[in-house]
Amino acid sequence: MEDGYTTADGRKIGAVVMEMKNITLRFGGVVAIKDISFDIREGEIRAIIGPNGAGKSSMLNVISGFYVPQEGEVWFHGAPRPQLRPYQVAQQGIARTFQNIALFEGMSVLDNVMTGRLTQMKSGLFAQAFWKGKAEAEETANREVAERIIDFLEIQSIRKTPVGRLPYGLKKRVELARALAAEPKLLLLDEPMAGMNVEEKEDMSRFILDVNDEFGTTIALIEHDMGVVMDLSDRVVVMDYGKKIGDGTPEEVRSNQDVIDAYLGVSHD
Amino acid sequence: MVQSQTGADGLGSIPALLERNVAQFGTSPAYREKEFGIWQSWSWADTAKEIEALALGLINLGVNEGDFIAVIGRNRPYLYWSMVAAQSVGAIPVPLYHDANAEEMAYVLGHCGARFVIVADQEQVDKVIEVQDQLHQFEHLIYLDARGLRKYDHSHLHEFSHVQNQGRAAYDEFIEDLKSRQAKLTHDSTCVMLYTSGTTGKPKGVVLSNRNVIETARSSSEFDGLRQNDEILAYLPMAWVGDFIFSIGQAYWTGFCVNCPESTETMMTDLREIGPTYYFAPPRVFETQLTSVMIRMEDAGKLKKRMFDYYMAHARKVGPDILDANKVSAWDRWKYFLGDLFVYGPLKNTLGLSRVRVGYTAGEAIGPEIFDFYRSLGINLKQLYGQTEATVFITAHPDGQVRSDTVGVPSPGVEIRIADNGEVFYRSPGVFVEYYKNPESTADTKDSEGWVATGDAGFIEDGSGHLRIIDRAKDVGKMESGAMFAPKYVENKLKFYPDILEAVLFGNGKDRCVAFINIDLTAIGNWAERNNIAYASYQELAGHPRVLDTIQEHVEVVNRSVAEDPMLSGCQVHRFVILHKELDADDGEMTRTRKVRRRIVEEKFADIIGALYDGSPKVSTVTEVTYEDGRKGSISATLELRDAAVVPVTQKVAAE
Repeated sequence: MEDGYTTADGRKIGAVVMEMKNITLRFGGVVAIKDISFDIREGEIRAIIGPNGAGKSSMLNVISGFYVPQEGEVWFHGAPRPQLRPYQVAQQGIARTFQNIALFEGMSVLDNVMTGRLTQMKSGLFAQAFWKGKAEAEETANREVAERIIDFLEIQSIRKTPVGRLPYGLKKRVELARALAAEPKLLLLDEPMAGMNVEEKEDMSRFILDVNDEFGTTIALIEHDMGVVMDLSDRVVVMDYGKKIGDGTPEEVRSNQDVIDAYLGVSHD
Repeated sequence: MVQSQTGADGLGSIPALLERNVAQFGTSPAYREKEFGIWQSWSWADTAKEIEALALGLINLGVNEGDFIAVIGRNRPYLYWSMVAAQSVGAIPVPLYHDANAEEMAYVLGHCGARFVIVADQEQVDKVIEVQDQLHQFEHLIYLDARGLRKYDHSHLHEFSHVQNQGRAAYDEFIEDLKSRQAKLTHDSTCVMLYTSGTTGKPKGVVLSNRNVIETARSSSEFDGLRQNDEILAYLPMAWVGDFIFSIGQAYWTGFCVNCPESTETMMTDLREIGPTYYFAPPRVFETQLTSVMIRMEDAGKLKKRMFDYYMAHARKVGPDILDANKVSAWDRWKYFLGDLFVYGPLKNTLGLSRVRVGYTAGEAIGPEIFDFYRSLGINLKQLYGQTEATVFITAHPDGQVRSDTVGVPSPGVEIRIADNGEVFYRSPGVFVEYYKNPESTADTKDSEGWVATGDAGFIEDGSGHLRIIDRAKDVGKMESGAMFAPKYVENKLKFYPDILEAVLFGNGKDRCVAFINIDLTAIGNWAERNNIAYASYQELAGHPRVLDTIQEHVEVVNRSVAEDPMLSGCQVHRFVILHKELDADDGEMTRTRKVRRRIVEEKFADIIGALYDGSPKVSTVTEVTYEDGRKGSISATLELRDAAVVPVTQKVAAE
């Protein structure tokens, strides 16, 4: 397990990329996360599941560096990670999508995806404003990356459409496109399938698998739909009331009594 | 080199035409495809290199002369190249409908015994792999888009670009073989095999020779004056004969450029960007475009709306005449010019049809309003009538003689004969060679003199010489008086009203005709909303007296128009009913492609037909329905039967 493992479908999973060590997160008197440890390995799809209020989103925010835990450490590439500003997190190769879509509604799909490239742009404000010199070449190169992602996610037909006019399922896909535009090593997805119908869920699952397969992106996701999680992920962390109650492959987690109790409820007799 | 059996100038095959195009206009674009948001283009010279590399790669994989190579995917340059590469190595390309399911594919692939299959993506790969155990001759699968295929077993799976690379690497080894194979191609070699979609029974493989394709491409290109700098948008299924003739036959003959859209969904945007000069679309596409224009005009500002209405009225009056170069007063021309400046021009630009010089529609009847709308804008939209077995062209409208109710005059080289029962027969250089492995069907369709039965009934109009198609021959009957009964002719006229979704005419062997009508819930529902008519269901709306009044008006207008036709005036609708349910494929009343199954409808609603004939004003009926999930239920209803005014016919029964 130290140097990775091979999945049932033959994918090679690499070494540990990120490790949570005894994380505890409090908001005043409320303990959102209590002493949780787990790791994320290179190339795997890692799911975090749990009932409402289990602390999943808080966990994701800890991973993304948005929340700083009171106790414990986040290890990234074999060293403890210092407190970072959001743009520094992005520069480290971590991108995310949000539970409540956070796109620029008035901008076109293409422009939204291009914002995902911002961290890669080096030319100055003036060069960009007048589209001179380095800015021009830079934009062309970045546009190509954006276009490849648009092609990958099959959203060519809405390239020039303002995001505000799109249906919910497509907005989710545009958000994924923007996250991918940053060419992340680690992609964090916060409920990528919330509020979708069955067909949209199937599409999104396909895209998540393809992203992992095609770009080798490590993915950590939070999801409510158990069927989807079990189908997609290599390993699953189960949380309940801020505590970790299970960790392992979907099969292991499915047969874990604590997990069954948390999901189905248990009588207190 | 002796080249027997080739065309006049040695251009006996598509690969030979390719060679000529490279020599004559090597640097002009042959293909464009939008990818990653940019139109990528390939000149004729580039195209020849790509095709050569692929052809060498195919030889390297072991393709023999006479093998069948199936090609499956949406319109992409690579797949067009695949077909030409297959031809250059002496194999026969077989394009398949990419939306066919795995079983349908299994039948066709098994029937032609394809050893090689070239597909677009994972979706198609999966389908072929699913059925490969049933295919004894199948060996290699070549795919274009590698996405999702990384983990597949690659012992029989090859990436398109790798096949090309191997071909390039083996250039010295195989080039002589390739050249000698190409030199063997003649006018009589098989150019392509296309499977007819098969509304009845299993699909049949129509074998078309180089002569069929090249002769047809030559004469039709001359007929419409197609040029080397024309542009087309290739978006109709590659397995359809029309696409093969337009995007390969005519494109290679005249050397024009074939543009492939980025994806199916972007077709309208791509159309606007390319602005084709030669354009083909089935009536459905024109209908949808017109509807979207009309809906957007409803939301436009007052001034714009008034301008649109005013100038469109003028365009309807003089537009078609100007297009046909008829006499139009200078004042009307001036007004039309202004209209073009303010309305028609911008509108055509929005539709992507500004540059269309030759536009065709075919497949089914197009509503006269729709047809006239496009023509009045100055778009040279014409109709053609064709079949796979004829290599498309049987008749077409010549420029300047375009009418919505005919399908034009026989195309160059085509002879037409009308049989006693009204069925249309034709003979032409485009007549297919045979149905593959099916001599009985070949003999049934094509007689020893080369006449082919179309299965459609029609007649040649006196005076103009235009062909008019009335109906499928097997549906045409005789009324009691001996007058011709052609249900589709009347049904189409009824269906041209947006309010009417479906119509079924009865009267074979009877003294008068009656009709079933299905209203269009979208159109009538919209009307009901605007007129504050509340309704809870289709059934309630269908029985509303005002709806009945509206439909009655439509029926009576249709009757007047039918009466004008001496041969078919007996088909006027004497009584009609608006059915309490929509005819539905789940209930077996229609096919999945939404064609009415007359026999079943007739049996199922025999009580209503009886009531229509015996003159009763109302009928109560119970109908069994099947829901989408397979459960059954029943609807009962009391339907009002209406009389429609008919135009008395001076008994001039068609005595021919």
